[in-house]
Amino acid sequence: MDVNAFLDGFAVVTEPGNLFYCLIGVLIGMLIGVLPGLGPAATMAILLPIVVTVDPVAAMIMLAGIYYGAQYGGTITSVLLRLPGEASSVVTVFDGYALAKQGKAGTALGIAAIGSFVGATISIIGLSLLAPLVASWALDFGPPEYAALALLGVLLVATIGSGHTVKAIIAAAIGLLLATFGRDSFTNTGRFTFDSLQLADGLDFVVVAMGLFGVAEILYNLEERYGKPHVPAKVANIWPSRKDLKQSSGAIGRGSVIGFVLGVLPGGGAVMSSLAAYAIEKRIAKDPSRFGRGAIEGVAAPETANNAAATSSFIPLLTLGIPANASMAMLFAGMLVLGITPGPQLVEERPDLFWGVVNSMYIGNLILLLLSIPLVGIFVRILRVRPAILAPITALITILGVYTINNSTFDIFVMIAFGVIGYLMKKTGFEPGPMVLAFVLGAILENSVRRSLLIFDGDPTGFLTRPISGTILALFLLAILLPAFNTVRRRRAATTSAPAGSDREDALR
Amino acid sequence: MSDQHEAARRDDILAELEAEMAHELEEHRPPAGGPAYQLVPALVTLAIGVVGAILSYGYGLGTLRRPGAGLWPLAVSLVIAVLSLVLLAVGRHLRDSEKFARASLLVLAGLATFVGLGMLIPLIGFELPAFALCVVWLRFLGGETWRSTAVVSVGTVAAFYLLFLYALSIPLPHLL
Repeated sequence: MDVNAFLDGFAVVTEPGNLFYCLIGVLIGMLIGVLPGLGPAATMAILLPIVVTVDPVAAMIMLAGIYYGAQYGGTITSVLLRLPGEASSVVTVFDGYALAKQGKAGTALGIAAIGSFVGATISIIGLSLLAPLVASWALDFGPPEYAALALLGVLLVATIGSGHTVKAIIAAAIGLLLATFGRDSFTNTGRFTFDSLQLADGLDFVVVAMGLFGVAEILYNLEERYGKPHVPAKVANIWPSRKDLKQSSGAIGRGSVIGFVLGVLPGGGAVMSSLAAYAIEKRIAKDPSRFGRGAIEGVAAPETANNAAATSSFIPLLTLGIPANASMAMLFAGMLVLGITPGPQLVEERPDLFWGVVNSMYIGNLILLLLSIPLVGIFVRILRVRPAILAPITALITILGVYTINNSTFDIFVMIAFGVIGYLMKKTGFEPGPMVLAFVLGAILENSVRRSLLIFDGDPTGFLTRPISGTILALFLLAILLPAFNTVRRRRAATTSAPAGSDREDALR
Repeated sequence: MSDQHEAARRDDILAELEAEMAHELEEHRPPAGGPAYQLVPALVTLAIGVVGAILSYGYGLGTLRRPGAGLWPLAVSLVIAVLSLVLLAVGRHLRDSEKFARASLLVLAGLATFVGLGMLIPLIGFELPAFALCVVWLRFLGGETWRSTAVVSVGTVAAFYLLFLYALSIPLPHLL
């Protein structure tokens, strides 16, 4: 690791302007984490056109802050309202809400904040050490390696995410198809342009993402959320006792490691790791029956893990230029708009950006710790703001924002069209996430495949005989076969042990 | 036998948690739609796959040595079409869709305000259409009182005016 560049990164972060955007980013992140409805990816999509008008480093620092800030905020509603603000906080609901009912909401929030801080910090240290190594190793990657990586990324995001696997892969494939719209860079043939001048340059990624994430979620919330008042539980005594801290220290340690490892994997991210961390705590506990009835480890482990994962999921983006989840795809889009090429050369070519963003996370997490322990009362009060008041504000930011990208009303209508598509996808059980991610990776994937075929002189077995791309493709096969194998096994287990199935049903109640 | 169950159950803590998580999310969701909610989308994606494949074929496939413009989109379209057929076969009884309800009309109304704003901005600037959108969303879609509707709408438009035109100096068509 280049220590000088690392230290210069801190100099970048502590510039007042960057500190300010870091603060704004984590505040917005925490806010949208607290408010159920908009997730971090949607918020980043909506704010992209505005954010990119500021300095690139500050913009990236702010977008990153939104993402990890949301992980902190999501906890608050899980514990107080039994309403997870973010998918990655769903498991926190089980024990967090149980603790709140026992009058220990403060303890749960305090431990969650401390765990989040520890997990994130450990993960940033890991990121600081690991990312430059991965990047220097990846500098040798050629088109075949990128083709294999992008393919694996798309597939993992589709299969690991929530929702039906076949639907997710269809959504991802449609994303890949949408990425081919416009002029083909190899042959100059217009594809799927339908004789429209505006489509000749293809679909603008930011516009599509704003539609599929932003407008779709706004429309969807319009239908779902209105008329439900939130009355949060009282929060007192946020500082956890020494006993609570001691009891959860193991869970925080294990959660950090699990989160860091799973966060690096494409599609893994915060949701998977919070589940895995909770499952492991429950498995190694002396008395697993405490879980679900207010075990403090049941809050500490998933909250630590989701923050660690949120942090380590920056590694594939910053070192390979491959976003690992929907929020990272938005950060990727942000970089492209700002004229930065994400990839292994980033550490060398833009050390100010790389280390500025990485080191801003140390500071951002410190700010979040301060926000979520002494100032948690303010965020609890925000829960009383009616969603109806925020809806038109987000709607306006979205429309005015998308217009300002190219000063084009055509973009507004493309965004609205994708908003409708995204809304219908949500209603029919298709996830927009894999589609957006595949759309981002589509161009990289197609170009890499075609360049590889040129290199291999038309022989597709070349992908398999190169060691790195061959290994990645083997993993790709594993990723397809393993879930299929598990489903078959589970189905067989379910038919042979029907009685066990029924008392599992009871346990779920 | 019961030992075996015990082992299988421990093995499946993760699966169990996932089920519990789905259950948790389920509580906040409207009822699932019937087979038509599965059938129609699968037919739509099938159509996308087929049309995509036909159009891609027209762009020229080339050879593996010199791939044409249509080869990649053709491969992707075929994946879409085949998986859509799989979905038609296995997905009929999935419960992951959501029924359209009376509240879905709110979405149509919201959509209409989006389209209206898009059409009016270049003609009369953003202030009046934005104000109208706020009023519709707050008063008619959100059920706010007239008083809070007025306060929030005026405040929001003013804030956006200052944010876009002064703080960020982004040129947005405006009246004043």
